[in-house]
Amino acid sequence: MTLRKYLVLAGVTIFSTLGDSLLARGMKEVGGISFHNVSGLLFAILNPWVAIGILLLLAFFASYMSALSWADLTYVLPATSLGYVLVALIARLAFHEEISPTRWLGIACIAAGVGIVAAGPSLTPSRHHDRPEAVSQEAKS
Amino acid sequence: MNELYAWAAIAVITLAATTGDVLLAFSMRRVGDVGELWKTRGFFSVVARILTTPTFFLGVLAMGVAFYSLLFGLSWGNLSLVVPASASLTFVANAVAARIFLHERVGRRRWLAALLVAAGVVLMAV
Repeated sequence: MTLRKYLVLAGVTIFSTLGDSLLARGMKEVGGISFHNVSGLLFAILNPWVAIGILLLLAFFASYMSALSWADLTYVLPATSLGYVLVALIARLAFHEEISPTRWLGIACIAAGVGIVAAGPSLTPSRHHDRPEAVSQEAKS
Repeated sequence: MNELYAWAAIAVITLAATTGDVLLAFSMRRVGDVGELWKTRGFFSVVARILTTPTFFLGVLAMGVAFYSLLFGLSWGNLSLVVPASASLTFVANAVAARIFLHERVGRRRWLAALLVAAGVVLMAV
């Protein structure tokens, strides 16, 4: 694992969290969409929050694809959940919101889960019976 | 009624997201390390290689289904229900699917992590 790879994983975390939050904010402004009014979804993109949210989710997608090209799915996925921790900590530190004990426990669980995975190998060897050269590459980095 | 819709959306999101994740992970494994490829053969070679991987488009299609279900779900249910519920279910479903379809070695370490993260996501939403 190099610095570049950790930066890509940080991108996965940050872009997905920001994208989801902006999208949610925008969809609340747009309001409910029913099956009778599916075209409402197309107009939802005109909402600036939704538009920026989609752009950020595209950035998330690019970093996610990059990460999946050199790490296992079960290694990359926990990184996406660090965003919840990030949001809670920002709410606590920047906006001085109270964090309930249950949420602290949730934060601890997610952080522990991510830590456990990150401490292990990013790529398990069994996936590479068809591409042995990729294993030796990982061993070098 | 909206709550039933929200849970239906959560089920669809979980199924579609897991399918998409597995297909995309499979595709990118075929493509190889994009950082290395970019350095040695240039950006367009990376793009070309991704775009000539058929399973990539199936993965994107599944992700599209998950994304639109999320939009529907968010308009019916609360952010604090739909996102954590589908996310935590997707973590567990993905660990199972990665083991079966991608032959990833999901050892005790990664099982424990998947369950911890899924539980954590739920706890944060309570």
